Amino acid sequence: MNFKRFARKWLRPGRATVIAVPYFWLLVFFAVPFLIVLKISFAEQDIAIPPFTSLLNYEDGGLLHVTLNLANFQFIFGDELYADTYLSSLRVAFFTTVMCLLIGYPIAYAIARTDPARRNVLLMLVMLPFWTSFLLRVYAWMGLLKPNGIINHLLMSVGLISEPLEMFHNTFSLYLVMVYAYLPFMILPLYAHLVKMDIRLLEAANDLGARPLKAFFAITLPLSKNGIIAGSMMVFIPAVGEFVIPELVGGPDTLMIGKVLWNEFFDNNNWPMAAAVATVMVLLLIVPIGLFHRYETRELEGKNV
Amino acid sequence: MMEAVAAAAPVQTGVQAHNTPYLQISGIFKKFGDNVAVDHVDLDIRQHEIFALLGSSGCGKSTLLRMLAGMERPTSGRIVLDGQDITHLAPYDRPINMMFQSYALFPHMSVEQNIAFGLKQDKLPKGEIESRVAEMLDLVQMRKYAHRKPYQLSGGQQQRVALARSLAKRPKLLLLDEPLGALDKKLRQQTQLELVNTLEKVGVTCIMVTHDQEEAMTMATRIGIMSEGQLLQVGTPGEIYDYPNCRFTAEFIGETNLLTGMVSVDEPDHVEIDVPELEGRIWIDHGITGPKGMQVWTSIRPEDVRLDRKPPATPGVNSARGTVVEIAYLGSYSVYHVRLPSGKVIKSMVPSSRWYEAGEEAPTWDETVYVSWRPDLPVVMTR
Repeated sequence: MNFKRFARKWLRPGRATVIAVPYFWLLVFFAVPFLIVLKISFAEQDIAIPPFTSLLNYEDGGLLHVTLNLANFQFIFGDELYADTYLSSLRVAFFTTVMCLLIGYPIAYAIARTDPARRNVLLMLVMLPFWTSFLLRVYAWMGLLKPNGIINHLLMSVGLISEPLEMFHNTFSLYLVMVYAYLPFMILPLYAHLVKMDIRLLEAANDLGARPLKAFFAITLPLSKNGIIAGSMMVFIPAVGEFVIPELVGGPDTLMIGKVLWNEFFDNNNWPMAAAVATVMVLLLIVPIGLFHRYETRELEGKNV
Repeated sequence: MMEAVAAAAPVQTGVQAHNTPYLQISGIFKKFGDNVAVDHVDLDIRQHEIFALLGSSGCGKSTLLRMLAGMERPTSGRIVLDGQDITHLAPYDRPINMMFQSYALFPHMSVEQNIAFGLKQDKLPKGEIESRVAEMLDLVQMRKYAHRKPYQLSGGQQQRVALARSLAKRPKLLLLDEPLGALDKKLRQQTQLELVNTLEKVGVTCIMVTHDQEEAMTMATRIGIMSEGQLLQVGTPGEIYDYPNCRFTAEFIGETNLLTGMVSVDEPDHVEIDVPELEGRIWIDHGITGPKGMQVWTSIRPEDVRLDRKPPATPGVNSARGTVVEIAYLGSYSVYHVRLPSGKVIKSMVPSSRWYEAGEEAPTWDETVYVSWRPDLPVVMTR
C-alpha cells in the first residue's frame, strides 16, 4: 500500500486529535463557563435558587421571550466607583508588574549566568514557595507585618523604634505581598529567555567596543524582550483580578475589582451584578492578551527574532 | 572606491623599527584549572600578514585567539601589538576585532546596524558612521541587503556581513575564528578566495584559526601548527608541507608514510637509516644534524612513492616489495596501499596515465609490486 495514502488516512485524524485536546480543554473550562457568566450578567437578581431570573420565558401563547437585562452594565458604566475600581486594579497590577520586573530581571539574569550545576538549585529556590499553600504564605506575611507582629516586636525589643511601624493594611503591605507572590511568575519566563541567549553575542559586542553595561542595554535587553512581555503578562493578568492579597493585607481604601466581585457575589448575593463585573474585567484583559498573542504568533513565524 | 578601501588599511604608526614584528606573542601560557590550554607559545606576526593557526579541536588555538581578543586572560606571558602591551587590556579597549565562528551577528539588528555597532561605540559623528558603513557594504557587496535582518540572509551573506562588521573599525589586527566553518564545502572553496581578496584589498593584519588544512593552505601566507597547547612549527604552506619538523606536522598536513628507524651511517653528504619495517635501509643524499644510532622518523609522501612490477636496481635500499591490498581510484590518480612483509602498509599515489604510458595494465589486488623513492625526497625528523 502506498505510504502517502496510508499517512493521509491514518495520521491526519491523529493530528486533529492532538490539536483537539487543548481546544476541548479551553471549550469546557473557559468558553462554556464564560458564556454561563455572560448569560448570568444579563439576568436580574431574584430571590430564588439560583438567585437570578432566566433569560428565556416560554408563554402559553407560544411566545418565547428573551429578556436581556442591561441594567448591570449600565450601572457599572454609570457609577464612578466601578470605573475607579477598575482603574485602581489596573494600577495596582501595573505597578506590581513593574516592580516584579525590576526585581525579577536581575535575579533571572544571575541564575541564567551561573554555571549549570548551580542553576537548578537556584531555580528550585525560586519555586520553593509554591510548595506551601498560597494562603498560608499570605498569612505568614500578616504575622510578620502586623503592628504587634514579628518585625515590629523585634525592632522594638532591640530599641530601634518605640512605636510599631505602620506597615500593615496599607499600600506598602499590599505591594509587598503582591510582588512577593507574583515574582516567580516573572522570573521563570525571563530566565527561560535569558538562558538560551548566545553569550558570544555579548562577546561580539565587547569586541566591537561596547562596555558590559552598554552591551547589556544594546544586546541582552532587546533580545529578552519576549521574556519581559511573557513575564509581565503572567504577572499582570492574574494581578488585576487578585482578591486574597488586597483582602487580607491591603488597606481599607484599597479598591480592587476582585473585592467588589466578592462583595456582590457573597455579601449582596447579586449574581448578575457580579457576573457583569467579571465580564467587563475579562474584556479589559482580553486586549493585552490579544496583543501578546499576536506578538507571539509573529515571533513563531520568524518575523521577530 | 579603491581609494576609500586603501584608507581603510590600518595606519602605520611608524613607532616600530623595520625588523620588529607587528604583533609579538611571547611566552603565552594559559591554564584552566589543572589543564594547560596554551603552553608557552612564542609567535611573531608581520604587518599585512594573513596567519593561520592550524590544529585539531582542543589544541589550544581558539584559546590563543581568545587571549588575543581579550576574552581570556593569559596565566603568564605578554602580547605586544604595534608597540603597545595589550596583555591586560579589556576586549573593548583593544584595537582588535574578531569575526566569530558562526558569526554572532546581532539578530535584532539589520545588516547596516550590525556594521555600525562598533562605530557607534566609538561615538563617531553620524555622517562618518554612514559613509564607513556604506564603504563596508560595498567592500563585501552587500549594499542591496543593508536593511535585511541576519536571519533573512544565506550563510555566505552572513559571513560577509560578519567580515564587514569586524573590519568597520579598521582594526590593527583582525581575528577570524573558523571563518568558513559554518559554510558547506562547495561554498567554502569559493568563499576562501573571496575572503583572501577582501583581506588583501584592505591590507589588514590577520590571524585566523582553523582545523581545515586546505583552508589554511589556501588562505594563509604563513601557518602555525598547534597540538596540545604547543606551537610545533611555523612556516609558509610550502615549507610546512615539504619540510615538516615533527611527526605531528607530517601526518597532520596531507597524507604521508611514516617510517621509524635508526641512523646507521652519518656522513656530511649522505645518511643511511635502518628501517626494520622495510627490512632495509633508507639512503638520503644529504646530511642531518644528529649522531649515529639516534632514533629518527622518516616521512615519505604518497606522491613521492613510485610503484613498479619490476624489482628496483638496488634492492633493500629506498625500496621494498609488497602486495597490493587496497586501491582507491580517484580519477586522475589512484592511491595504492601496499602491504610489506613486516605488515607495514605504504601508500603510493600513482597518476592514471602512468600505466597507459608504459603500455601496461594497472596492477590489481593481491599483485606483488615494488615501492621505491628518490634519495632526495624523504624528510627525516627527530621528534
